[in-house]
Amino acid sequence: MEIDPFIFRLSIFILSIFVGYYVVWSVTPSLHTPLMSVTNAISSVIIVGAIIAALSGSTQNIFDVSNIFGFLAIILAAINIFGGFLVTQRMLQMYKKKKK
Amino acid sequence: MSANLSALFYLISGILFILALRGLSSPETSRQGNYFGISGMAIAIIVTFLSVGNFGGGFIYVIIFLLLGGAIGAFIAFRIPMTAMPELVAGFHSLVGLAAVFVAIAAFLKPEAFSLGVVGDIKLASLIEMSLGAAIGAITFSGSIIAFLKLRGIMSGAPIVFKGQHLVNLLLGIAILFLIYYLCTTQSSNIFWSIVVLSFIVGVLLIIPIGGADMPVVISMLNSYSGWAAAGIGFTLENSALIITGALVGSSGAILSYIMCKGMNRSFFNVILGGWGANEQTLKAQDKEQKPVKSGNADDAAFLMKNASSVIIVPGYGMAVAQAQHALREMVDALKKNGVKVSYAIHPVAGRMPGHMNVLLAEANVPYDEVFELEEINNDFANCDVAYVIGANDVTNPVAKSDPQSPIYGMPVLDVEKSKSVLFVKRSLSPGYAGIDNDLFYRDNTLMLFADAKKMTEEIVKSL
Repeated sequence: MEIDPFIFRLSIFILSIFVGYYVVWSVTPSLHTPLMSVTNAISSVIIVGAIIAALSGSTQNIFDVSNIFGFLAIILAAINIFGGFLVTQRMLQMYKKKKK
Repeated sequence: MSANLSALFYLISGILFILALRGLSSPETSRQGNYFGISGMAIAIIVTFLSVGNFGGGFIYVIIFLLLGGAIGAFIAFRIPMTAMPELVAGFHSLVGLAAVFVAIAAFLKPEAFSLGVVGDIKLASLIEMSLGAAIGAITFSGSIIAFLKLRGIMSGAPIVFKGQHLVNLLLGIAILFLIYYLCTTQSSNIFWSIVVLSFIVGVLLIIPIGGADMPVVISMLNSYSGWAAAGIGFTLENSALIITGALVGSSGAILSYIMCKGMNRSFFNVILGGWGANEQTLKAQDKEQKPVKSGNADDAAFLMKNASSVIIVPGYGMAVAQAQHALREMVDALKKNGVKVSYAIHPVAGRMPGHMNVLLAEANVPYDEVFELEEINNDFANCDVAYVIGANDVTNPVAKSDPQSPIYGMPVLDVEKSKSVLFVKRSLSPGYAGIDNDLFYRDNTLMLFADAKKMTEEIVKSL
């Protein structure tokens, strides 16, 4: 019997939860705020779905209802991607070691 | 681009995201980690363009909207003051949530674009995945908006509780599950919209009873939700980058919530069900007759610290409110010139989000190797001459160790009272978030400095 591709995706999902568990426990507590802003930025990879939605359908009617939702989602996700990565970068620049 | 090839690229961007989080294990590797994250994102976006392969009419608009959002995001990222980081993160969470809702709506309206079937005959699994993604996304959105308003001070941070609140939440939750079941049997768009609307309401109801010092738990929890929403959409789109990221973010937020709850010695449910200071604990105010308190001024504080050999600084939310981190750092510089050894002690729940104090100190150019976590530094208080408590309160209350009746009993606290003398900067003797009196105020070795955190610190700098 063939295995449903869903099972493969479920496997990826569950294994990633375990990876996340161990990786996040190793994050130093002083970087917990950058951790939140960077997870914010990467979860905006949802923009992938937004782009597919925005580009779907015929070239004549590019502003179908579902395309519009796609475009809106692109704006939201883009704010997050740029904002999230840049603010993380800004924070990480500030962490300095003692000058000897 | 073939589906298999793009799937491999999505896997690569998922791995880069893992490396981005891995980099945060130390400040040295963290900047490199952020670049991994950025490259992962770039790969995912470019691969999506190539695999859709439609560079006709809509493409130019996609680029325009992408750059428009990017410009807004960059503007915010550069302008935001570090003290506003908690509300910024809450605001960003709401955007992820709403984006997930929009993508789910688009997929429901035009399933053929995502090869999920046709309108009225969407694959069962996809329908469940997209409605779960939409529901969690909607909860994340409205919950984060409430969190944002509370953190920004637009809405009162006080818990809003009403009778039967938890029952209402429970019923709404059950209703959403029922509607998802009906959606699967009927494919009706009205039911889909009802799920979205109900989830928005649940998000609001879930967050309004929580406030104040419980905010770190709320933010971490919403962080986790935004991850699960992304994962739900990832299953719908059969996209491994989204599934991996969703799982990473979901577990990251869950771990942070756990750490925050542990820092308060409360169970997750206890926090979610709301209102620490809200219920019984506020009563004892009247039977507190005036106990003797020693208070001093900046000169006393400066004298004490100048003659100390080691000083530990204990910052809290009050430091963030007063924006006192730069003044504090000047004070420490002056002390160091006098040969005083200075370190900082951070309680896990100090501030309004995980790691809040560390970022503020880093902003004020405090080297991160002078900043210590509770377990690392707690034994040092016994050998320290002066503890300078600035803007912290409940996390220093010795009652948590001694009085089993106290609501904060068992919460890990900083052993501030063990140092030879304690300087406590506070505007009044009012209790902290937990609504209880801090025993530390009345100790013989405590000197209260009644003033605004920033003003007092500046005055101390002057008299040093």
